[in-house]
Amino acid sequence: MISSQTTMKGSMLQIADLDVVFGTGRMRVDAVKGVSFAVAPGESFGLVGESGSGKSTILRAVCGLAPVAAGRIAVDGAAVTNPRSQTFYRTVQMVFQDPYGSLHPRHTVDQILAEPLAIHGLGNTEERIVATLKDVGLGPSFRFRYPHQLSGGQRQRVAIARALILEPKILLLDEPTSALDASVQAEVLNLLDRLRRERGLTYVLVSHDLAVVAYLCERLLVMRHGETVEETTAAALRAGTVASDYARTLIAASRGFSRGEPVAQPAGIAAQ
Amino acid sequence: MTGKPLLEVENLKVRFHLRTGTVEAVRGLSFTLGRERLGIVGESGSGKSQTGRAILGLTPPPGEVRADRLVFDGTDLLTAPRRTLRALRGGRMTMVMQDPKFSLNPVMTIGEQIVEAYRAHRKAGRAEARDKAFAMLEAVKMRNPARVFSLYPHEVSGGMGQRAMIAMMLVTDPDLLIADEPTSALDVTVQMEVLRILDELVGARGMGLIFISHDLKLVSSFCDRVLVMYAGRVVEEMSAGALARARHPYTQGLMRCLPTLAADVRPLPTLLRDPTWAG
Ligand SMILES: Nc1ncnc2c1ncn2[C@@H]1O[C@H](COP(=O)(O)OP(=O)(O)OP(=O)(O)O)[C@@H](O)[C@H]1O
Ligand SMILES: Nc1ncnc2c1ncn2[C@@H]1O[C@H](COP(=O)(O)OP(=O)(O)OP(=O)(O)O)[C@@H](O)[C@H]1O
Ligand SMILES: [Mg+2]
Ligand SMILES: [Mg+2]
Repeated sequence: MISSQTTMKGSMLQIADLDVVFGTGRMRVDAVKGVSFAVAPGESFGLVGESGSGKSTILRAVCGLAPVAAGRIAVDGAAVTNPRSQTFYRTVQMVFQDPYGSLHPRHTVDQILAEPLAIHGLGNTEERIVATLKDVGLGPSFRFRYPHQLSGGQRQRVAIARALILEPKILLLDEPTSALDASVQAEVLNLLDRLRRERGLTYVLVSHDLAVVAYLCERLLVMRHGETVEETTAAALRAGTVASDYARTLIAASRGFSRGEPVAQPAGIAAQ
Repeated sequence: MTGKPLLEVENLKVRFHLRTGTVEAVRGLSFTLGRERLGIVGESGSGKSQTGRAILGLTPPPGEVRADRLVFDGTDLLTAPRRTLRALRGGRMTMVMQDPKFSLNPVMTIGEQIVEAYRAHRKAGRAEARDKAFAMLEAVKMRNPARVFSLYPHEVSGGMGQRAMIAMMLVTDPDLLIADEPTSALDVTVQMEVLRILDELVGARGMGLIFISHDLKLVSSFCDRVLVMYAGRVVEEMSAGALARARHPYTQGLMRCLPTLAADVRPLPTLLRDPTWAG
């Protein structure tokens, strides 16, 4: 097992003492405060925690899309460059939390999937597009639709397809199945699990669904208010042997809605 | 259900004529809603969002909406004059969209949007509307309501965007709220807090709630009744607590596909879709 203390060598992705700050004065927010973790090649790592705790910001920081105030980010043993290189995007692809915003509104699904192939000089465009759409459970009839002509889950699958089509080594997945019904979610999770085994892909997965995280990841970080609450394992999630009160609260609350008393919140969690 | 229904929908159809053919998004949907929590679950693309949009008059062009009956609290939505509809929609009937960050106005702060929504439907001064907006942001458990008030939609997290949209849709005290995947980006503890607010509005104020979600566990524990949609139609209707004992093979299959913390089944079971389900 790899711990956060592992040196850059041997990690596919390493994040050390990351700080991200937005705004100044009254509007300043320390979105990420001193977060560190390392992900080995072929490993899958989860980020869970409070809404607004900085999970998406960490993924965006890896892609050079967030104002990093301090810390180091290394991919495959080398510190990332600013701006990120072409090779970076061949290696790292991200599925954004808001598929609507990340898909060009005036491009068809076909154009959306063809563009990265053209940028990176990959051939067999037609075949790759049809095969990748099939992987995410969309038939060829969707190829010439625009994003606004799709349902929420169909859009999310197009965003996943766009990331997969370049066959990257690292996939950053931000709530990739949150808009999918259980059957399509199962198909996408199986696909991601299979791709990881077959191609040795490395994942960082953000999800509020602990069962999804336990299915896809070996280890995870529990976050709150920009900070790490604890680093734990999928096995500990399943066994309920997590260390922090906050993680225990998350597990308890994931059993469904109850009209009884609110789940006891550890001190300091209740919103001010 | 007591008294006359809040909403009656009979044989609702939504179609899109595209160059490549016609998409039948909703194909003859009927249901009534009382002052209760009605869940709608169903496959991705089965017409859940388009059903909600049609009721609110938000079907995007060139979509075509037909129905035999569409009545909200005694008002016939098919024949009512535009003015009446404008007053109802966004005021007494509101909808939390599935993509909140992209349904919010990108060039206006979250706070201003809530203030504007309130003032469009209530005679209120700016100060009162501001107070009301603040209270709503607090109610949906924003950590720092004052900061969120001044942020633009692209500056909030996924879950904060969802809560901002919920705040905006509740600020007018609606009688009917259609919530399309309203908590899909929320961590489970904040999700419970937000559901508690909706629950209270239904229980104490008698609001009618249509709760669209793919989260079966949540729907079965939170809602009173559930409609299961498949390919634009309702294939099964039952009390929410009975979801685990569903009869339709699609619904049964859905329940089995869920990953759980209790058991590590790999690969996850998937559904073999039977063309006859689409009817
Ligand atoms: N462009 C921005 N400008 C200002 N603040 C921002 C910006 N982007 C993010 N933030 C702030 O950073 C904090 C963390 O946001 P982030 O999106 O990383 O949260 P998250 O953990 O992904 O939450 P969720 O689960 O709700 O998606 C929030 O307070 C958010 O308002
Ligand atoms: N503007 C449009 N033009 C053409 N087809 C559309 C349009 N909007 C939606 N559709 C199609 O209508 C069908 C129903 O869409 P809807 O958004 O209601 O699905 P949904 O049940 O909400 O799915 P999801 O769970 O994925 O959000 C889908 O097959 C979708 O592709
Ligand atoms: Mg996020
Ligand atoms: Mg939808």
